[in-house]
Amino acid sequence: MSTVSVNNLNKIFNKGQANQVDALVDVSLSIEQGEFVSLIGPSGCGKSTLLRLIANLLEPTSGDVVVAGKSAKQARLDQDYGMAFQQAGLFDWRTVAKNIELPLELKGWDKAKREARAKEMLDLVKLPEFAAHFPWQLSGGMQQRVAIARALAAHPPLLLMDEPFGALDEMTREHMQAELLSICAKTGTTVVFVTHSIPEAVYLSNRVVVMSPRPGRITKIVDVNLDGQRNESTRERPEFFAAITSVREALRAGGGHAHTGAGVEDR
Amino acid sequence: MTARLRTALPPIVFGVAFIAWWEAAVKIFDLKPYFLSAPSKIWDQFANNKSLIWEATRVSGTNALAGLVAGTILGVAMSFLLSRYRVLGDIVTPLAIALNAVPIFVLVAVLNNMYSITSEIPRRLMVTLVVYFIVLVNVAKGLTQVSPTQLELMHSYAASESAILRKVRVPNAIPYLFTALKISAPAAVITAFVSEYFGGSQNGLGSRITSNIANSKNAAAWAYVLGACLLGLAFYLVSIIVESAATPGGAKRTSGRSQ
Repeated sequence: MSTVSVNNLNKIFNKGQANQVDALVDVSLSIEQGEFVSLIGPSGCGKSTLLRLIANLLEPTSGDVVVAGKSAKQARLDQDYGMAFQQAGLFDWRTVAKNIELPLELKGWDKAKREARAKEMLDLVKLPEFAAHFPWQLSGGMQQRVAIARALAAHPPLLLMDEPFGALDEMTREHMQAELLSICAKTGTTVVFVTHSIPEAVYLSNRVVVMSPRPGRITKIVDVNLDGQRNESTRERPEFFAAITSVREALRAGGGHAHTGAGVEDR
Repeated sequence: MTARLRTALPPIVFGVAFIAWWEAAVKIFDLKPYFLSAPSKIWDQFANNKSLIWEATRVSGTNALAGLVAGTILGVAMSFLLSRYRVLGDIVTPLAIALNAVPIFVLVAVLNNMYSITSEIPRRLMVTLVVYFIVLVNVAKGLTQVSPTQLELMHSYAASESAILRKVRVPNAIPYLFTALKISAPAAVITAFVSEYFGGSQNGLGSRITSNIANSKNAAAWAYVLGACLLGLAFYLVSIIVESAATPGGAKRTSGRSQ
């Protein structure tokens, strides 16, 4: 059974007005359980909109979204997914552990159960000694790890990420990519990952969904054939470069790269 | 400790030097008492009139405190209403900001007309009004200006509006409340003095200053000014102490917000 199924999805902002935007046109996509899928494309291609439609933070104009066998709305109400953004979005007035406990509080878990889960999640993201710290005492990369721990706290089958490493420096970013893969390997979580970076998308994903703007649509889905455990040497393998090339070509063909690569990074 | 001393020392040295220079200037240039009193004379007056100054300070301080408490309670209550009913907020907030920029304390003259001549109520009402707008504008901002990421996150958890209020908006507004208190504590004291200039009982610091000047007792007037400074300072210090006691992580959180 697929974890996410998107069928003939359309999203039009400001319909019928002068500033009408066709954010997504006729998008269909199916994501299997345990798969890691990246959405890539230049600014305005609707990749973040697609993510928010899956998350039911936006309602589609037409078409439907099925998450974990339910409507997107029911999946949101049941907290069947966790979400992480470019900004860690941690709450300054809560300790790291209390930040991770927040989704569990909203689910009505009791204190002992929440604390045990927060501890488990901190071990998972390798920050066990920072439970009592406040977010502003942590580096950007550590804050992002806490955000991932929070997103996974309720053990959701699906993780939705909107450029989570976009604000990090290159070294931290590559480290976080490896951490994310090892976390997903341990938990078996399905991931939908929005990014601007071609190497990031290729390194992380089983499939890279290439999108193009005006109107936002899927132009190609690139299968990444990197078998086995991915590690630092993966970045030097010919298959890695081959996949980068095919994503780049798909972006060019989609018109996203026509004028000096609007918004997609080659790094 | 040495680092603390190093930051505290320059202003202390400057303050002492300033007073010494003042004292010397009065002597050297032979400044007449009606023009400027020497600090030593002011201090004498302060020491001699301690109980009178204390009594006046108590009157003005009580007015300031009563208004500060009432204004804060009303301001917080109103800001909750405004953030709950956005339409109301859209109407009232620009008005509140505009009124905040106007020296509304002149209204005390009008308020004085409404009550008996010896009543302290007009002064307290005036302080309430001044504090109310400061608290309202700041706390309403804290309740509404929540990071969009944090709101999306709460929606992704299917959090109810009341849960968002309790877990995001209210904690987000707390530093704004303390900022409002830090601004309004000295403003409450100033308003309490100034409202005494518009008539009523001659019992507070503000009216003592004017009556001493009217009687050419300038050094005594300055002694009451000193009392007024101390009262304003006390209000400000208490607002800072309350803030650091009530904020987890102390003042660092408000100055070094991570997002």
